[in-house]
Amino acid sequence: MAKRVVLLGGGVGGSMVSNQMARQLKSEILAGEVEITVINESDEHVYQPYFLYMAFDQAVPADAKRSERLVLHHLVKLVVGQADRVDCEQSAVLMADGSKIAYDFLVIATGSRPAPETVPGLVEGGHIFYTEEGALKLRDALHDFKGGRVVITVGVPHKCPVAPVEFTLMVRDWLNTHGMEDSEVLYTYPIGRLHSLEPVANWAVKVFEDRNIQSRTFFNAESVDPQKQTVTSLEGDTVKYDLLVAIPPHTGQEVIKRSEFGDAGGWIPTNRHSLQMEGHDNIYVLGDATNLPISKAGSTAHFEADVVASNLVSRLRGGLGSVRYDGKVFCFIETGNDEATYIKFDYQNPPRPQTPSELIHLYKLAFNKMYWLSAAGIL
Amino acid sequence: MESDIKIIDARGSFCPGPLMELIKGIRQEPVGTVLEIWSSDRGSAKDIPEWVARAGHELVANIEENNIFKVQVKRLK
Repeated sequence: MAKRVVLLGGGVGGSMVSNQMARQLKSEILAGEVEITVINESDEHVYQPYFLYMAFDQAVPADAKRSERLVLHHLVKLVVGQADRVDCEQSAVLMADGSKIAYDFLVIATGSRPAPETVPGLVEGGHIFYTEEGALKLRDALHDFKGGRVVITVGVPHKCPVAPVEFTLMVRDWLNTHGMEDSEVLYTYPIGRLHSLEPVANWAVKVFEDRNIQSRTFFNAESVDPQKQTVTSLEGDTVKYDLLVAIPPHTGQEVIKRSEFGDAGGWIPTNRHSLQMEGHDNIYVLGDATNLPISKAGSTAHFEADVVASNLVSRLRGGLGSVRYDGKVFCFIETGNDEATYIKFDYQNPPRPQTPSELIHLYKLAFNKMYWLSAAGIL
Repeated sequence: MESDIKIIDARGSFCPGPLMELIKGIRQEPVGTVLEIWSSDRGSAKDIPEWVARAGHELVANIEENNIFKVQVKRLK
């Protein structure tokens, strides 16, 4: 009987793991010894970094989407449907339609979900750009904006940790080039500096000063008053806004909560090196779904996918699967003015930001096109 | 040490970092919960208590063990 590998989630992590495995296990799959199945809620694969560009009308939804079937290797099976929960006793994913998909190895790559509803008033009074719908609504609001105070808030936890800084620099650029140089941009941040990464925070101090961006730290948005157009932090500060752009707190997915796998936020306890779910030898977790204290970002899922795919291939071929994840993360940072920089770090080594340049910006734009090769398990 | 303390292992976390991990933990746990954050960053021994004071929670303990900084915080509201 074939060994069954099931991947719950067809985003960055699930697609990369399945495609890398299919390339390496082609003969075993063709011989009927291994079966790889991806479960995804839709047949669309969405490249989420484009949402930032959509907000500034620099991309449209079609740029960010491909058919998941076309992203996956032809030897990978795709089941489009909603998973109700994972049943470890039966080693099976129970689907909402009543069907059951059994596994020998399970890879959980369900990602995270922006949860603006957890901040009272935010849905009614603010904008987000972490979803397609939100990015398009913000694009329209920016298009119609006549000037005033733009306030950016950052919820905890959130994915893509450099996006708030990128948005701030890009919105300043947008205002300047649309005749609103006098409009104020106020960036707020939950901790006592401008970014969790200290070198990025230090770099941002100078850049914000140069570009006339105001900032306020120790600001965790707790509620929004859409009528008064104010946002209040749990630290007790209240600020007025004309346009509120929030990076909302995120939560784990409902299927994780229904499976009773996660902590109170729906994040799955995961071994930081093996990426196995704590207490479960045959379940791996990667990407935003883990409870690991690292960036929730596509690049994190990418580097974790290399480890998970390698270890599963090893174990399916009789090995022990001993490759360890070292916490590696790599992020581009768009800095406005057609420039960008990047950071990389791991559990042992802090990041060292590079001087922004046009070349890195162009590489980021090129990567946006090359992403599909990464998802295919090639790049 | 109390057995119902929620441990958050944020050693080696440069991003989001120990303080953000603590804020995440406090947001998702009920009032009265004691959380203990582990950090390999010396700065945590200073910046976590600073935020705890501003946010109106209680600093229960702040100790160093073998270069690991352990800060206990009780959610008060």
